Amino acid sequence: MDESGTDTETVNGAEDQAHATDEVERGEEREGQESDEQHEYETEEISYREALRRALHEELARDERVFLIGEEIGIFEGSYKVTAGLLDDFGTKRIREAPISEEGFVGLATGAAMTGLRPVVEIMTINFILMAMDQVVNHTAKLQYMFSGQVGCPMVIRTPNGAGSQLTAQHSQNLEGWFAHVPGLKVVTPATPADAKGLLKAAIRDDDPVLVVESLPSYNLKGEVSQDPDYLTPMGQAKVTREGDDITLIAHSMAAQRSLQVAAQLEEDEISAEVIDLRSLRPLDMETVARSLAKTNRALCVDEGWATYGVSAELCARVQDACFDDLDAPIGRVGMAEVPMPYAKNLENATLPHAKKIRAAALAVLGEETDPEEWRAG
Amino acid sequence: MARRKQAKGSEDGRGESGGSEAEPEDRDEPSDGQRQEPGGAAGGHIAPDHFEDAGSPVGPESQISPSADRLRELYETMVLIRLFEEETERQYKKARIGGYCHLSSGQEAVAVGGLEPLGQDDILVSAYRCHHLALARGISPESVMAELFGRADGCAGGRGGSMHLADPTRGYLGGWGIVAGHVPLATGAAFTFAQTDQPHAVLCELGEGAVNEGAWHEALNLAGLLQLPVVYLVENNIYGMGTSVHMASAEPEVWKRVGAFAMHAERIDGQDLEAVMEASDRLLRRAREERLPALLECITYRYRGHSVADAGTAYRTEEEIEEWKGNDPISRFGQILRDRGIVESDEELDEVRERMDARVQEAVEFAENADPPELDSLARHVYGDEHAGEQFARMTPGSPFGERELVLEKELGDG
Repeated sequence: MDESGTDTETVNGAEDQAHATDEVERGEEREGQESDEQHEYETEEISYREALRRALHEELARDERVFLIGEEIGIFEGSYKVTAGLLDDFGTKRIREAPISEEGFVGLATGAAMTGLRPVVEIMTINFILMAMDQVVNHTAKLQYMFSGQVGCPMVIRTPNGAGSQLTAQHSQNLEGWFAHVPGLKVVTPATPADAKGLLKAAIRDDDPVLVVESLPSYNLKGEVSQDPDYLTPMGQAKVTREGDDITLIAHSMAAQRSLQVAAQLEEDEISAEVIDLRSLRPLDMETVARSLAKTNRALCVDEGWATYGVSAELCARVQDACFDDLDAPIGRVGMAEVPMPYAKNLENATLPHAKKIRAAALAVLGEETDPEEWRAG
Repeated sequence: MARRKQAKGSEDGRGESGGSEAEPEDRDEPSDGQRQEPGGAAGGHIAPDHFEDAGSPVGPESQISPSADRLRELYETMVLIRLFEEETERQYKKARIGGYCHLSSGQEAVAVGGLEPLGQDDILVSAYRCHHLALARGISPESVMAELFGRADGCAGGRGGSMHLADPTRGYLGGWGIVAGHVPLATGAAFTFAQTDQPHAVLCELGEGAVNEGAWHEALNLAGLLQLPVVYLVENNIYGMGTSVHMASAEPEVWKRVGAFAMHAERIDGQDLEAVMEASDRLLRRAREERLPALLECITYRYRGHSVADAGTAYRTEEEIEEWKGNDPISRFGQILRDRGIVESDEELDEVRERMDARVQEAVEFAENADPPELDSLARHVYGDEHAGEQFARMTPGSPFGERELVLEKELGDG
């Protein structure tokens, strides 16, 4: 177990973590700014997909214990091309093609993590992780605790959620809340290219099992990303991506991007909306949320997934407890219509938590009624 | 119980399976018209000679040849396990042990013989019936009994209990509680050995009931595909809870089922300590040297019920249990030691029993006097990263009642 020459690497890992902590502190000092700027490194505009690819490339190069395993991640370069070129650069030993066997290879990766490696598993989409649910929830999440910390589990499962391309009921889900429910797991949900790189790298360097839920509809989204090979986004820290005074839109993953669009529209209605991108669901940064609500006094939880028993349900419970005296209105929430995703384009549009629906929901929190005919169709 | 509830809707007296509509009508009525009776196999009674040895031995010749002293120690360990389990049942009935409690009496030869060839750096992973495996791996009876009592000095720190014994310092990565769920993990440990070119092997213990789980099939496919150094040690004790292997498996010849994974398999008499030791040694050597996986099916028998709560007699006859007790692995090995003159008298065997009994009593005494885990340690080890506390520091506002006091303000990480 401990023969894999890992001691030195662990020390390096600790240094990296220390580095991340520095960044946390600096981030706090410059709150509200685009705070992830590095002194020596330039930023570059790249896609969310490319940001993920670079994170994987850099971490594979940095730590030989890291290996990737998943379906079609080698010759095929990944179902969504996130692993493009990695097989050429790192070979078949580090880029492990797996059969269509999620329970098997998630369990194998967990066993490898228990014995000194640092696996990064790709599950083609979050819908297929259900095949591995027993491994993730009953094994990966619990093993450190069950054995009182005698066995570690430094592993990452990365998988995209999302909907909107007529992929229908079995391929259009946002199930990250299921995993954020489980002690022992960490769940991060990057919404931007910068965080796609920073959170994936932080997850790979973390000593716990981390589910990195990527946004499939955002893979082509472009943004400025640092070229720093040690660029990390700290877990458990939300980001205020737009400041405002009248209402706070709390969101994660693609909903955080969409909330920014809605906030811009609301400005035309002379409503000043603040937007919080949670970035991390477990740990969850409630301090940033509470601070925002002390200012805006109104909240709308925006989620790509179903609201019932979902991430927004958790947020509502915590906000009413933490911010009861600050609230001027009931907390609103908006998510995907609670139906399995239909195929027909018009029905799919109506099911998604699209901008018109989010805007109407925000207006409702502010006490303004809207005509459902204006937003129902999407 | 769930089935009984479901069946309530149809009050036609069709019995407990009335609610399972998905199952064909003839599911519990085999097509040959032989109804399953208590006693196991279609047709009843499963005698100790029901399953013959099968599969041609392969691999480098076993080099295991324990000294006379070592053979006596192996005998002692089997006796220790038997007495430990008997005491465990007594302590459970006194409510000093909680939870599920699966005893291994009758299966000692598989554990002691199967684990004897494991090297210092090899890894063992097992299912939840694991007291015998923990003891055979050399974890002290004190440490195991303390775990059963829920003490901080238990081998899993009091967080695991009967099903989750472990000792990574001895390469034992745990007993696991979900049937077959640990098989992919064990396969992953073998993957690490392959990936990092370490000349070690993994022994993955499981019950015969696990081979109908998808996790088993997926893991064995991966082991066959990637040629991983792992030996799957199947303790076929004939019954998965109260369901015999014949009732559970379309192909009850477990060893044959690896044919789908291009893997070698053998079936042997699991009540014969030396046979288990020889085959385990050979297949582990093959795994270490030739990097090839294999399955070793050991036919054995559990004397007690599935767990302490099960009398163990609803699905098999007293006669069957008695017949297996006549083939007892400890008596058989004791006789071998007598025949070879390694043990010179029956009194010497009795003396072993007395010594091991005293050993078990010491373990109980230790466990009784050991401290439970500190309340303040409740949240420790949920996460292993040294920065987990900082990562969760901002989660407090609005957290559920008590979460701040019990978890968020306590040590979340491994530190």
